[in-house]
Amino acid sequence: MYPSNYRYTKEHEWIRIENGIGTVGITDYAQHELGDVVFVELPKAGAKLSAGQSFGTVESVKAVSEIYSPVSGEVLETNTSLANEPEKINKDPHGAAWLIKLKIANAAELNTLMDAAAYQTYISEKQKEAAH
Amino acid sequence: MRYLPKSPSERQQMLAAIGVRSMEELFTSIPAAHRLNRPLNLLGPLSEMEIIDYFRARAAENSCGYTSFLGAGVYNHLRSVVTDALIQRGEFLTSYTPYQPEISQGTLQAIFEFQTLMCQLTGQEVANASMWDGSTALTEAVLMAQRLTGRHQAIVARSLHPEYRDVLATYARNVSLEIDEVAYTPTGQIDAAALRTAVNDATAAVVVQSPNFFGVLEQVPELAEIAHAKQALLVVAITEAVSLGIVRPPAEADIVAMEGQSFGLAPSYGGPFVGVIATREKFVRQMPGRLTGQTTDHAGRRGFVLTLATREQHIRREKATSNICTNQALCALAAAIHLCLLGKEGLKELAQQNLAKARFAAAELAKIPGVQRAFSGPSFNEFVVELPRSVKMVNADLLQDKIIGPLPLSGFYPELSKRGLVCVTETTPRAEIERLAASLRQILDRPV
Repeated sequence: MYPSNYRYTKEHEWIRIENGIGTVGITDYAQHELGDVVFVELPKAGAKLSAGQSFGTVESVKAVSEIYSPVSGEVLETNTSLANEPEKINKDPHGAAWLIKLKIANAAELNTLMDAAAYQTYISEKQKEAAH
Repeated sequence: MRYLPKSPSERQQMLAAIGVRSMEELFTSIPAAHRLNRPLNLLGPLSEMEIIDYFRARAAENSCGYTSFLGAGVYNHLRSVVTDALIQRGEFLTSYTPYQPEISQGTLQAIFEFQTLMCQLTGQEVANASMWDGSTALTEAVLMAQRLTGRHQAIVARSLHPEYRDVLATYARNVSLEIDEVAYTPTGQIDAAALRTAVNDATAAVVVQSPNFFGVLEQVPELAEIAHAKQALLVVAITEAVSLGIVRPPAEADIVAMEGQSFGLAPSYGGPFVGVIATREKFVRQMPGRLTGQTTDHAGRRGFVLTLATREQHIRREKATSNICTNQALCALAAAIHLCLLGKEGLKELAQQNLAKARFAAAELAKIPGVQRAFSGPSFNEFVVELPRSVKMVNADLLQDKIIGPLPLSGFYPELSKRGLVCVTETTPRAEIERLAASLRQILDRPV
Protein backbone atom coordinates (compact mmCIF):
# COMPACT_ATOMS: atom_id res chain seq x y z
CA MET A 1 0.00 0.00 0.00
CA TYR A 2 2.63 2.55 1.08
CA PRO A 3 5.65 2.50 -1.32
CA SER A 4 8.87 1.61 0.48
CA ASN A 5 10.94 4.15 -1.50
CA TYR A 6 8.79 7.07 -0.19
CA ARG A 7 9.19 9.01 3.08
CA TYR A 8 6.18 10.17 5.14
CA THR A 9 5.20 12.99 7.52
CA LYS A 10 2.94 13.02 10.57
CA GLU A 11 0.63 15.36 8.60
CA HIS A 12 0.22 12.60 6.00
CA GLU A 13 2.29 13.90 3.10
CA TRP A 14 4.68 11.65 1.17
CA ILE A 15 7.89 12.53 -0.68
CA ARG A 16 9.78 10.55 -3.32
CA ILE A 17 13.36 11.48 -4.25
CA GLU A 18 14.88 11.19 -7.73
CA ASN A 19 18.19 12.94 -8.56
CA GLY A 20 17.81 15.54 -5.80
CA ILE A 21 14.25 16.34 -6.89
CA GLY A 22 11.47 15.56 -4.40
CA THR A 23 7.93 14.82 -5.55
CA VAL A 24 5.31 15.52 -2.86
CA GLY A 25 1.74 14.29 -2.45
CA ILE A 26 -0.75 13.33 0.24
CA THR A 27 -1.14 9.75 1.42
CA ASP A 28 -3.92 7.30 0.77
CA TYR A 29 -4.83 7.57 4.47
CA ALA A 30 -5.18 11.38 4.08
CA GLN A 31 -7.40 11.17 0.97
CA HIS A 32 -9.56 8.61 2.72
CA GLU A 33 -9.98 10.81 5.77
CA LEU A 34 -10.80 13.85 3.63
CA GLY A 35 -13.40 12.18 1.42
CA ASP A 36 -14.18 13.41 -2.10
CA VAL A 37 -11.66 16.11 -3.04
CA VAL A 38 -13.23 19.01 -4.95
CA PHE A 39 -10.46 21.60 -5.13
CA VAL A 40 -6.69 21.89 -4.76
CA GLU A 41 -4.79 25.11 -4.21
CA LEU A 42 -1.06 24.94 -5.04
CA PRO A 43 1.84 27.42 -4.88
CA LYS A 44 3.52 29.03 -7.87
CA ALA A 45 6.75 27.59 -9.27
CA GLY A 46 9.69 29.39 -7.69
CA ALA A 47 8.11 29.57 -4.22
CA LYS A 48 10.65 28.77 -1.49
CA LEU A 49 9.37 26.48 1.25
CA SER A 50 10.83 25.50 4.58
CA ALA A 51 10.20 22.10 6.19
CA GLY A 52 6.76 22.03 7.82
CA GLN A 53 5.55 25.14 5.98
CA SER A 54 2.03 25.16 4.59
CA PHE A 55 2.12 25.37 0.79
CA GLY A 56 -1.48 24.88 -0.23
CA THR A 57 -4.87 23.46 0.59
CA VAL A 58 -6.90 20.43 -0.34
CA GLU A 59 -10.66 20.97 -0.15
CA SER A 60 -13.07 18.08 0.13
CA VAL A 61 -16.81 18.04 0.58
CA LYS A 62 -16.18 17.88 4.33
CA ALA A 63 -13.21 20.09 5.06
CA VAL A 64 -10.36 22.26 3.83
CA SER A 65 -6.93 21.00 4.92
CA GLU A 66 -3.53 22.61 4.76
CA ILE A 67 -0.72 20.70 3.06
CA TYR A 68 2.76 20.99 4.58
CA SER A 69 6.11 20.63 2.92
CA PRO A 70 8.01 17.56 4.20
CA VAL A 71 11.40 19.26 3.64
CA SER A 72 12.84 22.65 2.67
CA GLY A 73 13.22 23.50 -0.99
CA GLU A 74 12.15 25.46 -4.02
CA VAL A 75 9.01 24.60 -5.97
CA LEU A 76 10.00 23.56 -9.51
CA GLU A 77 6.66 22.41 -10.84
CA THR A 78 3.07 21.89 -9.72
CA ASN A 79 0.56 19.34 -10.93
CA THR A 80 -1.71 21.60 -12.99
CA SER A 81 -3.91 18.68 -14.08
CA LEU A 82 -5.44 18.70 -10.58
CA ALA A 83 -7.20 22.00 -11.30
CA ASN A 84 -9.64 20.20 -13.60
CA GLU A 85 -9.42 16.73 -12.06
CA PRO A 86 -9.07 17.11 -8.27
CA GLU A 87 -10.71 13.66 -7.89
CA LYS A 88 -7.41 12.12 -9.04
CA ILE A 89 -6.30 12.59 -5.42
CA ASN A 90 -8.88 10.03 -4.33
CA LYS A 91 -8.06 7.63 -7.17
CA ASP A 92 -4.26 7.66 -7.28
CA PRO A 93 -2.84 9.62 -4.33
CA HIS A 94 0.62 8.04 -4.50
CA GLY A 95 1.05 8.40 -8.26
CA ALA A 96 -0.75 10.58 -10.80
CA ALA A 97 -2.02 12.94 -8.09
CA TRP A 98 1.37 14.21 -6.96
CA LEU A 99 1.11 17.90 -5.94
CA ILE A 100 4.50 19.59 -6.34
CA LYS A 101 8.10 18.88 -7.31
CA LEU A 102 10.76 20.40 -5.06
CA LYS A 103 14.45 21.13 -5.50
CA ILE A 104 15.62 19.88 -2.14
CA ALA A 105 17.66 22.36 -0.10
CA ASN A 106 18.90 20.07 2.66
CA ALA A 107 18.88 16.31 2.08
CA ALA A 108 19.60 15.69 5.78
CA GLU A 109 16.01 16.72 6.58
CA LEU A 110 14.81 13.51 4.88
CA ASN A 111 16.19 11.53 7.81
CA THR A 112 13.61 13.12 10.12
CA LEU A 113 10.74 11.58 8.12
CA MET A 114 9.13 8.17 8.58
CA ASP A 115 9.73 5.21 6.27
CA ALA A 116 6.78 3.13 5.03
CA ALA A 117 6.87 0.68 7.97
CA ALA A 118 6.99 3.48 10.56
CA TYR A 119 4.15 5.30 8.80
CA GLN A 120 2.03 2.12 8.73
CA THR A 121 2.52 1.77 12.51
CA TYR A 122 1.75 5.48 12.97
CA ILE A 123 -1.57 5.32 11.12
CA SER A 124 -2.66 2.05 12.69
CA GLU A 125 -2.21 3.74 16.08
CA LYS A 126 -4.28 6.68 14.78
CA GLN A 127 -6.99 4.27 13.71
CA LYS A 128 -6.94 2.55 17.13
CA GLU A 129 -7.30 5.94 18.83
CA ALA A 130 -10.22 6.79 16.58
CA ALA A 131 -11.89 3.47 17.36
CA HIS A 132 -11.80 4.16 21.10
CA MET B 1 -33.16 29.86 25.30
CA ARG B 2 -34.79 31.99 28.01
CA TYR B 3 -33.16 35.29 28.82
CA LEU B 4 -33.70 35.28 32.61
CA PRO B 5 -31.12 36.46 35.13
CA LYS B 6 -29.69 33.96 37.60
CA SER B 7 -31.15 33.81 41.10
CA PRO B 8 -28.82 34.38 44.10
CA SER B 9 -28.91 30.66 44.98
CA GLU B 10 -28.02 29.69 41.38
CA ARG B 11 -25.11 32.10 41.53
CA GLN B 12 -23.89 30.50 44.74
CA GLN B 13 -24.09 27.05 43.13
CA MET B 14 -22.09 28.25 40.13
CA LEU B 15 -19.46 29.88 42.33
CA ALA B 16 -19.19 26.70 44.45
CA ALA B 17 -18.76 24.61 41.31
CA ILE B 18 -15.67 26.57 40.25
CA GLY B 19 -14.33 26.75 43.80
CA VAL B 20 -14.69 30.40 44.77
CA ARG B 21 -16.70 31.78 47.66
CA SER B 22 -18.03 35.06 46.29
CA MET B 23 -18.33 37.22 43.18
CA GLU B 24 -15.76 39.48 44.81
CA GLU B 25 -13.27 36.59 44.90
CA LEU B 26 -14.08 35.72 41.26
CA PHE B 27 -13.00 39.19 40.12
CA THR B 28 -9.84 39.62 42.22
CA SER B 29 -7.65 39.23 39.12
CA ILE B 30 -9.02 42.53 37.72
CA PRO B 31 -6.94 45.43 39.11
CA ALA B 32 -8.88 47.69 41.46
CA ALA B 33 -8.29 50.72 39.23
CA HIS B 34 -10.25 49.05 36.42
CA ARG B 35 -13.20 47.98 38.53
CA LEU B 36 -16.46 49.84 38.95
CA ASN B 37 -16.98 50.42 42.68
CA ARG B 38 -20.43 51.97 42.43
CA PRO B 39 -23.73 50.82 40.92
CA LEU B 40 -24.33 51.64 37.25
CA ASN B 41 -26.12 54.94 36.77
CA LEU B 42 -29.39 53.45 35.55
CA LEU B 43 -33.00 54.34 36.14
CA GLY B 44 -34.70 52.17 38.74
CA PRO B 45 -37.30 49.60 37.72
CA LEU B 46 -40.35 51.09 36.00
CA SER B 47 -43.86 49.76 35.61
CA GLU B 48 -45.19 48.98 32.14
CA MET B 49 -47.19 52.24 32.07
CA GLU B 50 -44.16 54.26 33.15
CA ILE B 51 -42.03 52.68 30.43
CA ILE B 52 -44.62 53.47 27.76
CA ASP B 53 -44.85 57.08 29.01
CA TYR B 54 -41.08 57.35 29.01
CA PHE B 55 -40.76 56.25 25.40
CA ARG B 56 -43.70 58.41 24.27
CA ALA B 57 -41.95 61.41 25.79
CA ARG B 58 -38.66 60.50 24.04
CA ALA B 59 -40.52 59.97 20.73
CA ALA B 60 -42.05 63.44 21.07
CA GLU B 61 -38.53 64.89 21.11
CA ASN B 62 -37.99 63.70 17.53
CA SER B 63 -37.90 66.51 15.05
CA CYS B 64 -40.43 66.37 12.26
CA GLY B 65 -41.33 68.41 9.25
CA TYR B 66 -37.71 68.83 8.11
CA THR B 67 -36.60 68.24 4.53
CA SER B 68 -33.17 66.67 4.25
CA PHE B 69 -30.70 67.00 1.37
CA LEU B 70 -28.19 64.63 2.94
CA GLY B 71 -26.95 61.48 1.22
CA ALA B 72 -23.24 60.62 1.31
CA GLY B 73 -23.63 56.87 1.71
CA VAL B 74 -27.05 56.72 3.39
CA TYR B 75 -30.14 57.51 1.34
CA ASN B 76 -33.78 58.34 1.89
CA HIS B 77 -35.88 56.17 -0.37
CA LEU B 78 -39.48 55.02 -0.40
CA ARG B 79 -40.06 51.80 1.49
CA SER B 80 -43.12 49.59 1.29
CA VAL B 81 -45.01 48.36 4.36
CA VAL B 82 -45.05 44.99 2.59
CA THR B 83 -41.31 44.58 3.21
CA ASP B 84 -41.62 45.13 6.96
CA ALA B 85 -44.68 42.92 7.22
CA LEU B 86 -42.88 40.03 5.50
CA ILE B 87 -39.52 40.27 7.27
CA GLN B 88 -41.28 40.36 10.65
CA ARG B 89 -42.64 36.85 10.17
CA GLY B 90 -41.16 34.73 12.95
CA GLU B 91 -39.69 32.21 10.49
CA PHE B 92 -37.42 34.97 9.17
CA LEU B 93 -37.11 37.33 12.13
CA THR B 94 -35.82 34.83 14.68
CA SER B 95 -34.16 32.28 12.45
CA TYR B 96 -30.50 31.49 12.99
CA THR B 97 -27.72 30.68 10.54
CA PRO B 98 -29.12 28.02 8.19
CA TYR B 99 -26.44 25.39 8.81
CA GLN B 100 -29.04 22.64 8.57
CA PRO B 101 -30.65 22.77 5.14
CA GLU B 102 -33.31 20.24 6.13
CA ILE B 103 -34.95 22.84 8.42
CA SER B 104 -33.97 26.07 6.62
CA GLN B 105 -35.20 25.87 3.03
CA GLY B 106 -37.13 29.16 3.22
CA THR B 107 -34.20 31.16 4.59
CA LEU B 108 -31.76 29.53 2.18
CA GLN B 109 -33.97 30.20 -0.83
CA ALA B 110 -34.38 33.84 0.22
CA ILE B 111 -30.58 34.21 0.40
CA PHE B 112 -30.23 32.47 -2.97
CA GLU B 113 -32.68 34.94 -4.54
CA PHE B 114 -30.78 37.85 -2.95
CA GLN B 115 -27.49 36.57 -4.40
CA THR B 116 -29.09 36.17 -7.83
CA LEU B 117 -30.44 39.74 -7.76
CA MET B 118 -27.05 41.12 -6.69
CA CYS B 119 -25.33 39.31 -9.58
CA GLN B 120 -27.84 40.65 -12.09
CA LEU B 121 -27.45 44.22 -10.80
CA THR B 122 -23.66 44.28 -10.55
CA GLY B 123 -22.93 42.33 -13.74
CA GLN B 124 -20.86 39.82 -11.77
CA GLU B 125 -20.99 36.00 -11.76
CA VAL B 126 -21.28 35.25 -8.07
CA ALA B 127 -22.45 37.20 -4.99
CA ASN B 128 -22.31 36.13 -1.36
CA ALA B 129 -25.09 35.96 1.21
CA SER B 130 -24.25 39.54 2.34
CA MET B 131 -21.78 41.33 4.58
CA TRP B 132 -22.06 43.68 7.54
CA ASP B 133 -22.26 46.88 5.46
CA GLY B 134 -20.75 48.58 2.41
CA SER B 135 -17.57 49.67 4.17
CA THR B 136 -16.70 46.20 5.49
CA ALA B 137 -17.64 44.66 2.14
CA LEU B 138 -15.18 47.03 0.47
CA THR B 139 -12.44 46.18 2.94
CA GLU B 140 -13.03 42.44 2.54
CA ALA B 141 -12.90 42.93 -1.24
CA VAL B 142 -9.45 44.52 -0.93
CA LEU B 143 -8.22 41.74 1.40
CA MET B 144 -9.55 39.26 -1.16
CA ALA B 145 -7.52 40.98 -3.89
CA GLN B 146 -4.47 40.80 -1.62
CA ARG B 147 -4.93 37.00 -1.26
CA LEU B 148 -5.64 36.49 -4.96
CA THR B 149 -2.65 38.44 -6.25
CA GLY B 150 -0.18 37.82 -3.43
CA ARG B 151 0.55 41.57 -3.62
CA HIS B 152 0.32 44.07 -0.81
CA GLN B 153 -0.54 47.50 -2.15
CA ALA B 154 -3.97 49.03 -2.71
CA ILE B 155 -4.37 52.20 -4.77
CA VAL B 156 -7.46 54.01 -3.59
CA ALA B 157 -9.32 56.90 -5.21
CA ARG B 158 -9.52 59.97 -2.99
CA SER B 159 -13.14 60.17 -4.12
CA LEU B 160 -13.92 56.89 -2.32
CA HIS B 161 -16.22 57.51 0.69
CA PRO B 162 -13.89 58.90 3.41
CA GLU B 163 -15.42 56.61 6.05
CA TYR B 164 -14.88 53.57 3.82
CA ARG B 165 -11.24 54.67 3.50
CA ASP B 166 -11.06 54.86 7.31
CA VAL B 167 -12.41 51.33 7.72
CA LEU B 168 -9.94 50.04 5.11
CA ALA B 169 -7.04 51.82 6.85
CA THR B 170 -8.01 50.25 10.18
CA TYR B 171 -7.84 46.73 8.73
CA ALA B 172 -4.74 47.49 6.64
CA ARG B 173 -2.65 48.35 9.70
CA ASN B 174 -2.36 44.72 10.76
CA VAL B 175 -2.28 42.87 7.46
CA SER B 176 0.81 44.49 5.87
CA LEU B 177 -1.31 46.31 3.32
CA GLU B 178 0.06 49.57 1.97
CA ILE B 179 -2.51 52.12 0.87
CA ASP B 180 -1.79 54.82 -1.68
CA GLU B 181 -4.19 57.50 -2.80
CA VAL B 182 -4.90 58.94 -6.24
CA ALA B 183 -6.43 62.42 -6.55
CA TYR B 184 -9.51 63.56 -8.47
CA THR B 185 -9.64 65.98 -11.39
CA PRO B 186 -11.95 68.99 -12.01
CA THR B 187 -14.51 66.52 -13.39
CA GLY B 188 -14.70 64.92 -9.93
CA GLN B 189 -13.43 61.64 -11.43
CA ILE B 190 -10.23 59.85 -10.48
CA ASP B 191 -7.13 61.18 -12.23
CA ALA B 192 -6.69 58.33 -14.73
CA ALA B 193 -3.25 59.49 -15.88
CA ALA B 194 -1.98 59.63 -12.28
CA LEU B 195 -3.52 56.21 -11.69
CA ARG B 196 -1.72 54.75 -14.70
CA THR B 197 1.59 55.99 -13.26
CA ALA B 198 0.80 54.77 -9.75
CA VAL B 199 -0.22 51.18 -10.62
CA ASN B 200 2.78 48.86 -10.52
CA ASP B 201 3.80 45.22 -10.13
CA ALA B 202 3.11 45.35 -6.38
CA THR B 203 -0.47 46.61 -6.78
CA ALA B 204 -3.10 44.13 -5.62
CA ALA B 205 -6.12 46.35 -6.20
CA VAL B 206 -7.26 49.64 -7.66
CA VAL B 207 -10.20 50.82 -5.58
CA VAL B 208 -12.78 53.29 -6.88
CA GLN B 209 -16.37 54.17 -6.11
CA SER B 210 -19.03 54.85 -8.75
CA PRO B 211 -21.01 57.03 -8.40
CA ASN B 212 -18.19 58.31 -6.20
CA PHE B 213 -18.41 60.31 -2.98
CA PHE B 214 -19.01 63.50 -5.03
CA GLY B 215 -21.85 61.75 -6.86
CA VAL B 216 -19.80 61.56 -10.07
CA LEU B 217 -19.72 58.42 -12.24
CA GLU B 218 -16.32 56.88 -12.94
CA GLN B 219 -15.24 55.44 -16.30
CA VAL B 220 -15.09 51.84 -15.07
CA PRO B 221 -13.95 50.16 -18.36
CA GLU B 222 -10.95 52.48 -18.68
CA LEU B 223 -9.99 52.01 -15.01
CA ALA B 224 -10.25 48.22 -15.40
CA GLU B 225 -7.91 48.38 -18.38
CA ILE B 226 -5.37 50.40 -16.33
CA ALA B 227 -5.50 47.93 -13.42
CA HIS B 228 -5.38 44.84 -15.63
CA ALA B 229 -2.38 46.14 -17.58
CA LYS B 230 -0.36 45.45 -14.42
CA GLN B 231 -2.32 42.30 -13.40
CA ALA B 232 -3.94 44.22 -10.55
CA LEU B 233 -7.63 43.74 -9.74
CA LEU B 234 -10.26 46.47 -9.99
CA VAL B 235 -12.52 46.83 -6.94
CA VAL B 236 -15.59 49.00 -7.48
CA ALA B 237 -17.56 50.28 -4.49
CA ILE B 238 -21.18 51.38 -4.82
CA THR B 239 -22.87 53.26 -1.98
CA GLU B 240 -26.03 54.26 -3.87
CA ALA B 241 -27.42 50.95 -5.13
CA VAL B 242 -30.44 52.62 -6.78
CA SER B 243 -28.02 54.04 -9.38
CA LEU B 244 -27.85 50.51 -10.87
CA GLY B 245 -31.40 51.07 -12.17
CA ILE B 246 -29.92 53.16 -15.01
CA VAL B 247 -26.14 53.10 -14.69
CA ARG B 248 -24.30 50.41 -16.68
CA PRO B 249 -23.26 47.62 -14.25
CA PRO B 250 -19.51 47.58 -13.42
CA ALA B 251 -19.06 44.27 -15.24
CA GLU B 252 -15.37 44.99 -15.94
CA ALA B 253 -14.65 45.09 -12.20
CA ASP B 254 -13.08 42.02 -10.62
CA ILE B 255 -14.87 42.57 -7.33
CA VAL B 256 -17.87 44.79 -6.58
CA ALA B 257 -18.50 45.90 -2.98
CA MET B 258 -21.87 47.52 -2.42
CA GLU B 259 -24.01 49.03 0.31
CA GLY B 260 -27.56 47.75 -0.15
CA GLN B 261 -29.29 50.18 2.24
CA SER B 262 -31.09 51.94 -0.60
CA PHE B 263 -33.04 48.72 -1.25
CA GLY B 264 -35.72 48.92 1.41
CA LEU B 265 -33.73 49.66 4.57
CA ALA B 266 -34.43 52.78 6.63
CA PRO B 267 -31.49 55.14 7.30
CA SER B 268 -32.22 54.77 11.06
CA TYR B 269 -29.17 55.78 13.09
CA GLY B 270 -26.83 54.46 10.40
CA GLY B 271 -27.78 50.81 10.50
CA PRO B 272 -28.40 47.95 10.37
CA PHE B 273 -27.49 47.97 6.68
CA VAL B 274 -26.39 45.24 4.30
CA GLY B 275 -23.09 44.85 2.46
CA VAL B 276 -22.70 42.99 -0.81
CA ILE B 277 -19.66 41.34 -2.37
CA ALA B 278 -19.93 40.14 -5.95
CA THR B 279 -17.10 38.79 -8.08
CA ARG B 280 -16.00 36.48 -10.86
CA GLU B 281 -16.65 32.78 -10.39
CA LYS B 282 -12.94 31.93 -10.64
CA PHE B 283 -12.36 34.00 -7.44
CA VAL B 284 -15.14 32.33 -5.45
CA ARG B 285 -12.82 30.41 -3.12
CA GLN B 286 -11.29 33.64 -1.86
CA MET B 287 -14.65 35.30 -1.33
CA PRO B 288 -15.41 35.86 2.37
CA GLY B 289 -18.69 35.03 4.01
CA ARG B 290 -21.15 32.38 3.09
CA LEU B 291 -22.74 31.43 -0.15
CA THR B 292 -26.02 29.64 -0.77
CA GLY B 293 -26.19 27.21 -3.64
CA GLN B 294 -28.95 25.36 -5.47
CA THR B 295 -28.82 21.58 -5.54
CA THR B 296 -31.08 18.55 -5.66
CA ASP B 297 -32.05 16.23 -2.82
CA HIS B 298 -31.97 12.39 -2.91
CA ALA B 299 -35.26 12.36 -4.80
CA GLY B 300 -34.05 14.86 -7.41
CA ARG B 301 -36.09 17.79 -6.04
CA ARG B 302 -34.71 21.34 -6.08
CA GLY B 303 -33.22 22.43 -2.77
CA PHE B 304 -30.78 24.92 -1.27
CA VAL B 305 -27.69 24.51 0.91
CA LEU B 306 -24.77 26.52 2.24
CA THR B 307 -22.04 26.09 -0.37
CA LEU B 308 -18.28 26.39 0.28
CA ALA B 309 -19.01 26.43 4.02
CA THR B 310 -15.78 24.46 4.49
CA ARG B 311 -13.92 27.76 4.26
CA GLU B 312 -15.96 29.42 7.00
CA GLN B 313 -14.92 30.11 10.56
CA HIS B 314 -17.05 27.44 12.22
CA ILE B 315 -14.99 24.83 10.36
CA ARG B 316 -11.64 26.48 9.62
CA ARG B 317 -11.25 28.66 12.72
CA GLU B 318 -8.29 31.03 12.32
CA LYS B 319 -7.68 29.81 8.76
CA ALA B 320 -11.12 30.86 7.57
CA THR B 321 -11.32 33.17 4.55
CA SER B 322 -12.65 35.82 6.93
CA ASN B 323 -13.60 35.91 10.58
CA ILE B 324 -15.59 39.09 10.18
CA CYS B 325 -18.16 37.98 7.68
CA THR B 326 -21.31 38.73 9.68
CA ASN B 327 -24.24 37.95 7.46
CA GLN B 328 -27.12 40.42 7.54
CA ALA B 329 -29.70 37.85 6.52
CA LEU B 330 -32.76 39.83 7.58
CA CYS B 331 -31.55 43.01 5.84
CA ALA B 332 -30.65 40.99 2.75
CA LEU B 333 -34.16 39.56 2.80
CA ALA B 334 -35.60 43.08 3.02
CA ALA B 335 -33.51 44.11 0.01
CA ALA B 336 -34.65 41.06 -1.98
CA ILE B 337 -38.33 41.70 -1.16
CA HIS B 338 -37.96 45.40 -1.98
CA LEU B 339 -36.42 44.61 -5.37
CA CYS B 340 -39.10 42.05 -6.17
CA LEU B 341 -41.80 44.63 -5.35
CA LEU B 342 -40.13 47.19 -7.61
CA GLY B 343 -39.35 44.83 -10.47
CA LYS B 344 -36.93 45.59 -13.28
CA GLU B 345 -38.98 48.42 -14.77
CA GLY B 346 -39.82 49.84 -11.34
CA LEU B 347 -36.15 50.09 -10.37
CA LYS B 348 -35.36 51.78 -13.67
CA GLU B 349 -38.18 54.27 -13.21
CA LEU B 350 -37.09 54.94 -9.63
CA ALA B 351 -33.54 55.64 -10.77
CA GLN B 352 -34.81 57.93 -13.54
CA GLN B 353 -36.84 59.93 -10.99
CA ASN B 354 -33.72 60.34 -8.84
CA LEU B 355 -31.73 61.52 -11.81
CA ALA B 356 -34.41 63.92 -13.03
CA LYS B 357 -34.97 65.49 -9.60
CA ALA B 358 -31.28 65.85 -8.91
CA ARG B 359 -30.80 67.53 -12.31
CA PHE B 360 -33.67 69.88 -11.58
CA ALA B 361 -32.18 70.74 -8.18
CA ALA B 362 -28.73 71.33 -9.66
CA ALA B 363 -30.21 73.68 -12.27
CA GLU B 364 -32.29 75.58 -9.69
CA LEU B 365 -29.32 76.06 -7.36
CA ALA B 366 -27.03 77.13 -10.21
CA LYS B 367 -29.39 80.05 -10.95
CA ILE B 368 -28.50 81.61 -7.57
CA PRO B 369 -25.74 84.24 -7.86
CA GLY B 370 -22.47 82.93 -6.42
CA VAL B 371 -23.58 79.27 -6.46
CA GLN B 372 -22.05 76.85 -8.94
CA ARG B 373 -21.47 73.16 -9.60
CA ALA B 374 -18.05 72.13 -8.27
CA PHE B 375 -17.40 69.20 -10.65
CA SER B 376 -18.23 68.77 -14.31
CA GLY B 377 -18.45 64.96 -14.51
CA PRO B 378 -21.74 63.07 -15.04
CA SER B 379 -23.65 62.45 -11.82
CA PHE B 380 -26.64 60.48 -10.52
CA ASN B 381 -28.62 61.76 -7.51
CA GLU B 382 -25.86 63.67 -5.71
CA PHE B 383 -23.75 66.62 -6.76
CA VAL B 384 -21.35 69.09 -5.17
CA VAL B 385 -22.15 72.81 -5.06
CA GLU B 386 -19.73 75.60 -4.36
CA LEU B 387 -21.15 78.43 -2.22
CA PRO B 388 -19.76 81.93 -1.73
CA ARG B 389 -19.45 81.28 2.02
CA SER B 390 -19.10 78.51 4.61
CA VAL B 391 -21.56 75.65 4.12
CA LYS B 392 -21.86 75.20 7.88
CA MET B 393 -22.95 78.81 8.33
CA VAL B 394 -25.46 78.57 5.50
CA ASN B 395 -26.80 75.32 6.92
CA ALA B 396 -27.46 76.96 10.31
CA ASP B 397 -29.70 79.46 8.53
CA LEU B 398 -31.38 76.79 6.37
CA LEU B 399 -32.23 74.89 9.53
CA GLN B 400 -34.36 77.86 10.64
CA ASP B 401 -36.48 77.11 7.57
CA LYS B 402 -36.64 73.43 8.52
CA ILE B 403 -34.21 72.48 5.74
CA ILE B 404 -31.26 70.17 6.43
CA GLY B 405 -28.76 71.52 3.89
CA PRO B 406 -25.88 70.03 1.92
CA LEU B 407 -23.14 68.04 3.68
CA PRO B 408 -20.13 70.34 4.24
CA LEU B 409 -17.13 68.64 2.59
CA SER B 410 -14.38 70.58 4.41
CA GLY B 411 -14.34 68.10 7.31
CA PHE B 412 -13.44 65.24 4.95
CA TYR B 413 -11.58 67.28 2.32
CA PRO B 414 -9.78 70.38 3.66
CA GLU B 415 -9.25 71.48 0.04
CA LEU B 416 -13.02 71.61 -0.52
CA SER B 417 -14.07 74.40 1.83
CA LYS B 418 -17.33 76.15 0.85
CA ARG B 419 -18.39 72.98 -1.00
CA GLY B 420 -21.41 70.96 0.01
CA LEU B 421 -22.75 67.60 -1.20
CA VAL B 422 -26.43 67.75 -2.16
CA CYS B 423 -28.57 64.62 -2.41
CA VAL B 424 -32.01 64.52 -4.03
CA THR B 425 -34.06 61.34 -4.25
CA GLU B 426 -37.58 60.40 -5.35
CA THR B 427 -38.69 61.28 -1.79
CA THR B 428 -37.82 64.97 -2.26
CA PRO B 429 -40.89 66.82 -3.60
CA ARG B 430 -40.30 69.40 -6.34
CA ALA B 431 -41.79 72.07 -4.06
CA GLU B 432 -39.13 71.32 -1.42
CA ILE B 433 -36.33 71.64 -3.99
CA GLU B 434 -37.77 75.05 -4.93
CA ARG B 435 -38.02 75.98 -1.25
CA LEU B 436 -34.32 75.07 -0.77
CA ALA B 437 -33.37 77.25 -3.74
CA ALA B 438 -35.51 80.18 -2.50
CA SER B 439 -34.21 79.90 1.04
CA LEU B 440 -30.59 79.66 -0.09
CA ARG B 441 -31.02 82.70 -2.38
CA GLN B 442 -32.41 84.73 0.54
CA ILE B 443 -29.64 83.64 2.91
CA LEU B 444 -26.90 84.52 0.41
CA ASP B 445 -28.56 87.91 -0.32
CA ARG B 446 -28.13 88.87 3.33
CA PRO B 447 -24.77 90.26 4.40
CA VAL B 448 -22.63 87.84 6.42
